[in-house]
Amino acid sequence: MNMDRITRKLGILADAAKYDVSCASSGSKRQNKDKGLGNASNGICHSYTEDGRCVSLLKILLTNHCIFDCAYCVSRKSNDIERAAFTVQEVVDLTINFYRRNYIEGLFLSSGIFKNADFTMERLVRVAKKLRTEHNFNGYIHLKSIPGASDELMQEAGLYADRLSVNLEMPTVAGLKLLAPDKDQKDMIKPMAYLKHAIIQNKDEKKLFKKAPMFAPAGQSTQMIIGATPENDSEVLRSANYFYRNFNLKRVYYSGYVPVLADNRLPALNTSVPMVRENRLYQADWLMRFYGFRVDEIVDNTSPHLDLEIDPKLSWAIRNMQAFPIDVNKADLQLILRVPGIGLLSAQKIVSARKFGKLNWEQLSKIGVSVNRAKYFITCNSSQFERRDLTGNNIRQFILASSQSKYLKNNQSQLSLF
Amino acid sequence: MPLTNLVYDGTFEGLLTAVFEVYEHKLDKVKLQKGPLEAGALFEEVKEVITDQARAQRVLKGLKQRLSSIGVQRLYAAHLADMEGEDTTLLGFIRYAFDTKDNIEEDYGNRYVMRVSGLVRMIRREKHRMEAFVRFQKLQDGTFYSAIEPDFNVLPLLIRHFKSRYADQKWMIYDLKRRYGIYYDLHDTEFITMDFSEANYPANVSAAFTEDETLYQDLWKTYFTNVNIKSRKNTKLHLRHIPKRYWKHLTEKI
Ligand code: SF4
Repeated sequence: MNMDRITRKLGILADAAKYDVSCASSGSKRQNKDKGLGNASNGICHSYTEDGRCVSLLKILLTNHCIFDCAYCVSRKSNDIERAAFTVQEVVDLTINFYRRNYIEGLFLSSGIFKNADFTMERLVRVAKKLRTEHNFNGYIHLKSIPGASDELMQEAGLYADRLSVNLEMPTVAGLKLLAPDKDQKDMIKPMAYLKHAIIQNKDEKKLFKKAPMFAPAGQSTQMIIGATPENDSEVLRSANYFYRNFNLKRVYYSGYVPVLADNRLPALNTSVPMVRENRLYQADWLMRFYGFRVDEIVDNTSPHLDLEIDPKLSWAIRNMQAFPIDVNKADLQLILRVPGIGLLSAQKIVSARKFGKLNWEQLSKIGVSVNRAKYFITCNSSQFERRDLTGNNIRQFILASSQSKYLKNNQSQLSLF
Repeated sequence: MPLTNLVYDGTFEGLLTAVFEVYEHKLDKVKLQKGPLEAGALFEEVKEVITDQARAQRVLKGLKQRLSSIGVQRLYAAHLADMEGEDTTLLGFIRYAFDTKDNIEEDYGNRYVMRVSGLVRMIRREKHRMEAFVRFQKLQDGTFYSAIEPDFNVLPLLIRHFKSRYADQKWMIYDLKRRYGIYYDLHDTEFITMDFSEANYPANVSAAFTEDETLYQDLWKTYFTNVNIKSRKNTKLHLRHIPKRYWKHLTEKI
């Protein structure tokens, strides 16, 4: 390998790929076969960038040449930047050698479009095929599908990749028209629909024949860029909900727009990245996927935006004071999950532990409940009940005041879930 | 009855043997600690526990009847945390398990159960971190070598993960703090100790590495620098994820 050349390419093509936020390497169950290399089962973050995001996969573009001109994208045709392209073999070598040193869980390969969709997609598939068939590589492979790629290529991609994704980019068709005039939402939906169908079919086959080959075992995901166009959170979450339901997506990622280009259709270059909003959207997304909330409980016409100051669960609780207090020693798991300050794990622990006896504040706190928030919404085996006759607004103020000092001490809290 | 101070050798079998003695001599007030034997306090009776495989096995068998297999594994993991003063917690947990008819491992209202659960969480976290932060370097004989210095003794918990992941390469992970390692020779793993005199300390001898080792290390650093988004910089979050104490063995941080 020519060292300078490859280092230069890697610099360019990693740089161009970094705005794609999906990075997860979990959800697959690929095992190491016949003493091969690697397995894809546990989703490990091997490092963290200085912006605090996880590095789990080698995330690169095959090329940043592109025939399209999407306004939000650094690789767009009209942007005057240095271009590069990897060969199939180069990507394979990088992946294998990084994996052997335990730097990564696998590969996330995306690409600008050279020539046309199929020409590009065919190369992405060839990388994955080589890794699987020539190197007996069982690490994680996520391929970005090029919008407009043919069913045949999607089928082949699914045989080698763990996850496939087609990025929606914009939450609405109008937003997409404005910023990506060359793209048509239909071209994104077609491969998504194909994947959905093929994944379901594969599951059925697996039931009948254990030996049926795996097809995209970690499913498909998508990403939306947030804050480049004026959609509100209600539109964003509804769109996510629509795609979760209709295309069986495993994840929707929200990528706060990082201003990299001057363009009068886009927010100005000095606009800050909407990181808090992005985090609130992820929290809302979790509520929909794991906590049993419906999208219209989180955002509706009267409050189409997520509250930036408090998380969406607390926000829901304050709007629905009539649902509280909840007795944690009696209530169903589903109800306990709705209490601010109680996460999935703590809720499960509560339900296990209360079989042995009623729980009080001290025990709840040891279990991991954030009593500072939960105390306004629950009763337990201690006499005091904090809520007294506080209104939702009072509670909001108290919680904000007590978390404000924490917020000042370390503003990292804005990026963690609940 | 005076407080009995049981001193054992620090192994899991030793701990189980101590439990055997607690029941055999019907000891009530017990403090458990790792050896070596030291002169005890005035009102303490100090007793040395000699590890006995047969007795340990009997206690283990009993535990398996009272706890789920996951519960037993968790107890073993908590023991590997190897924390000052926590042996008595483990003893408390085990006694609570034996003295109660039902399985107690989910009784999080109990202080021993809760503390064991806390220890397990700490050690699992570091195990997970090691699975992430091990950085192999390729030696000339083809072995992939890594040095680590975890807070807890997690090496035994790492074997399964790395063995199933790197089945087709020879590798070695060495705990510099505890001076022992695991070595996988393409078939089995074994515990090893090495005498690293200054001269043959692998980290200091670049000649021990293959030629392309530096290339891939540099490429990894290049990658690491280029995926960072400057306008999102968040040093505190970064440090929370990769505490500084791990940096000296992380290729991208050297
Ligand atoms: S098609 Fe993809 S790579 Fe090309 S400009 Fe649009 S977003 Fe960028």
